[in-house]
Amino acid sequence: MSNATDSLSPTASKRQPFLVGACRESARDERRVALTPASARYLSELGYRCLLEQGAGVAAGFSDAAYREAGVEIVAARAVLLAQVDIIIQVRPPSSDEIAAVPSDKILISFFWPAQNAALLAAANARRITVLAMDMVPRISRAQKMDALSSMANIAGYRAVIEAGNHFGRFFTGQITAAGKVPPAKVLVIGAGVAGLAAIGTAQSLGAIVRAFDVRPEVAEQIESMGAEFLLLDFAEDGSGDGGYAKPASEAFIAKEMALFREQAPEVDIVITTALIPGRPAPLLWPAEMVGLMQAGSVVVDLAAEQGGNCEMTVKDALITTDNGVKVVGYTDFPSRMATQSSLLYATNIRHMLDDLTPQNDGVPLVNMADDVIRSATVCHQGDLTYPPPKLTVPAIAKPAAVTPVDPAVALRTAQAAAKKATTIQSVSLLAAGLMMLLIGSIAPASFMQHLIVFVLACFVGFQVIWKVSHALHTPLMAVTNAISGIIIIGALLQVSSTSWLVTGLAAVAVLIASINIVGGFVVTRRMLAMFQKSEG
Amino acid sequence: MSATVTSGLMNAAYISASVLFILSLGGLSSQEKAKRAIWYGIIGMAIAVFATILSPQVTHFGVLVPMILMGAVVGIVVAQRVEMTSMPQLVAALHSFVGLAAVFIGINSELDPPQGLSGAAAVIHQVEILLGVFIGAITFTGSMVAYGKLAGSISSKALALPQRHTLNLVLLALCLVLGVLFLQHVGLWTLLLMTLLAFVIGVHLVMSIGGADMPVVVSMLNSYSGWAAAATGFMLGNDLLIVTGALVGSSGAILSYIMCKAMNRSFLSVILGGFGNTTGPVQAIDGERVAIDEHGVFAALEVAERIVIVPGYGMAVAQAKGVISELTQRLRAQGKDVRFAIHPVAGRLPGHMNVLLAEAKVPYDIVLEMDEINADFPDTDVVIVVGSNDIVNPAAQDDPHSPIAGMPVLEVWKAKQVFVSKRGQGTGYSGVENPLFYKENTRLFYGDAKDSMSALLKVF
Repeated sequence: MSNATDSLSPTASKRQPFLVGACRESARDERRVALTPASARYLSELGYRCLLEQGAGVAAGFSDAAYREAGVEIVAARAVLLAQVDIIIQVRPPSSDEIAAVPSDKILISFFWPAQNAALLAAANARRITVLAMDMVPRISRAQKMDALSSMANIAGYRAVIEAGNHFGRFFTGQITAAGKVPPAKVLVIGAGVAGLAAIGTAQSLGAIVRAFDVRPEVAEQIESMGAEFLLLDFAEDGSGDGGYAKPASEAFIAKEMALFREQAPEVDIVITTALIPGRPAPLLWPAEMVGLMQAGSVVVDLAAEQGGNCEMTVKDALITTDNGVKVVGYTDFPSRMATQSSLLYATNIRHMLDDLTPQNDGVPLVNMADDVIRSATVCHQGDLTYPPPKLTVPAIAKPAAVTPVDPAVALRTAQAAAKKATTIQSVSLLAAGLMMLLIGSIAPASFMQHLIVFVLACFVGFQVIWKVSHALHTPLMAVTNAISGIIIIGALLQVSSTSWLVTGLAAVAVLIASINIVGGFVVTRRMLAMFQKSEG
Repeated sequence: MSATVTSGLMNAAYISASVLFILSLGGLSSQEKAKRAIWYGIIGMAIAVFATILSPQVTHFGVLVPMILMGAVVGIVVAQRVEMTSMPQLVAALHSFVGLAAVFIGINSELDPPQGLSGAAAVIHQVEILLGVFIGAITFTGSMVAYGKLAGSISSKALALPQRHTLNLVLLALCLVLGVLFLQHVGLWTLLLMTLLAFVIGVHLVMSIGGADMPVVVSMLNSYSGWAAAATGFMLGNDLLIVTGALVGSSGAILSYIMCKAMNRSFLSVILGGFGNTTGPVQAIDGERVAIDEHGVFAALEVAERIVIVPGYGMAVAQAKGVISELTQRLRAQGKDVRFAIHPVAGRLPGHMNVLLAEAKVPYDIVLEMDEINADFPDTDVVIVVGSNDIVNPAAQDDPHSPIAGMPVLEVWKAKQVFVSKRGQGTGYSGVENPLFYKENTRLFYGDAKDSMSALLKVF
């Protein structure tokens, strides 16, 4: 390897293949694992050899035997593994003791939360460990395949509903049974990020009535696309920050928001809060007052418990029941509670990260700091602190260039105004038409008015009938209307018996061409319709 | 009162005819019902015509019967012989007949006025004559020009006379003046002169409409022929004419509306002619056109699972529908999913493509409209565009300065591979360059659509 600055080790040539190892997660109750038999197979295609600490996958449902089958070497002692491998892949950030046990010059890929774990970052950097933080992968399209935060949030959203259902004493779906009527559960989801949307979808598919709130007006469409009702806040502030995340809101905004929640709290049965602002404690959205307003038996699931919680009553890692009988779930290990699924997804994210790190597919990692995604994820590299990364030039979520951001409240008002205007125009024109009719009626003879009635009614019937004609039959429709417009022949028939030869002559010509029209029109329509056929079977 | 029909019986006949006409149009809501529906129309027409002939006012059978028979024979012969691709021309030609008949009947009504009209009734009668003749005259010449344009005997380019809007307005004003003079009983010449001017308006209106807007024009003329019949009905005090005219008129109006909507054009701008007042420079197109031959297309079709064919006017012109139908059968026999995507304005009149494909025995349940299929293009392996251009132009979505900006289009470029069967390097009817042809996943299969598709079939 000639690229000495970026290639991990100058001794690469004699040490091939590079080894990738995953240890058992040391955090309490963490069941996930960063390597699965499936991802190990892919990694060996990239040229890596995989090692696993004995029993690391058991909690996630992957036995050592399954790993061995996939070509993974099982190592009994963690220290042996750490000494051997070049790249360590983990789920949770290591503890400070663990970092101390990692030999220098290794690459560590895991969640790291560098903003919250400054000391840990310093310790890793002091040991010249290269750390790629999965939580720092930017949210751009190219990096979606390694966006572990989204994959975990998706699981957390799903699991939050399942946990809520577990602690909620009723059905989600409304039912009418012989034993009585069951009202549907009402679910309020606050924060429509990946987790929120996943929660909406899950609750919706279980049959609940789902409402959702988010400070970013542009997610209204996504919320509605999942089938939930978007609770609109009548306030002109856009809460969208960088990277598709929300930013802190102003005080006036929060007051409005609380008023909205105060309305909802007595009504909803389940509240799922998912609001996070990057690098800050979670915003307080569901204060004790709201919990107090809720019915006994209701459930609050706080997905932000790790960052301090969106709900004031939340106790981290615990389920509590308040004095008024509301259960507040403060677990922080939702993805870990579905360890098999989350390990599969996380290991795939890791695998994609290693794929990008190994452009030659030769089992030699290349930390290419010119690559936006790798640059952003790398928080320290060969003794240099590289956190925070420079701002990306590509916005995480492309904003429509020509369209100025529209506040839904304003848009709604505009739409209402337009609708009102349209109604006004309609009423005015109806009035004008009515007056016109009166005017005509006052001077025209009765016989004319009778014909006018027939005419107007026929127009209405025509409009009603024609709208129902299927698009494919528009040509036959035209041919058939053409044929029946030949009814004008009747006028000519009535005139042909005139005493004037000129009138008779003109009428005769009219009869001739109208007959061509009638017969030709009908024949051609029949020819066309005869051709329409359904495929056999 | 032996062989003749009393006025009570005649009204009964007219009521049945009206109901049968409505049933006939309503029956077109589905293909299965449509075949029966057409008989309602025929029976209704027969009842109306016989009841009228047998009424006491009608005597000159010696003139009548030969005329009707002659008309019927001509109608049958023309309708049997016409190629399905020439349908638009035929429809336009038939519209002109209704228009001319309305003109004659109006003039007759002035020459031989009904007895016992006075005061307001007489004035109303004269206004009705004016309206009937005016609409009839515009329908007549407008349809003749539309026929010429569709048949190719008149250039399909929009005629852009200087001051064309002023010209229309002046002509209209003159017609109004003549109409007022006619109401003052200045003489028959006022009516005849107004008819001539209306003929000119009809010609000019349709001359200044470009070929791409022809579907709208044809349905608009369809509507006019209805209103002409309705005006004639008022003139003669005949409710059946009024009802039928109103049905036809509203049908044409709805069709025009649907067409305009499909092209994102306002009805007024279509009618007043002139295409594309661009508001800025049209985006330049990067890339180059890459051609391909039948072997290349065949290779792609071999591995494709989901195929969509987008037919356009070019398929109609090249008479390629039969070959395409056979190609479809072969591909479906290999278990491939083949569907047709029809843009609402594909072809030169509404539903044109559906009729052609039906004639070529393409089952109608694999023929889908734009809204049904647009979301499926990203999952489509191969799209074959046969002789359509503007309706698959991505500039309508990407380039706000394009003359067709905002027009809904089939998003074929989202498919994995697009083959465009195209006669030459030219642009579509709108004269707008198509960036689709320059896309990386687009290959151009040059040649007459029928020859190209036959060559492709031979490779199978």
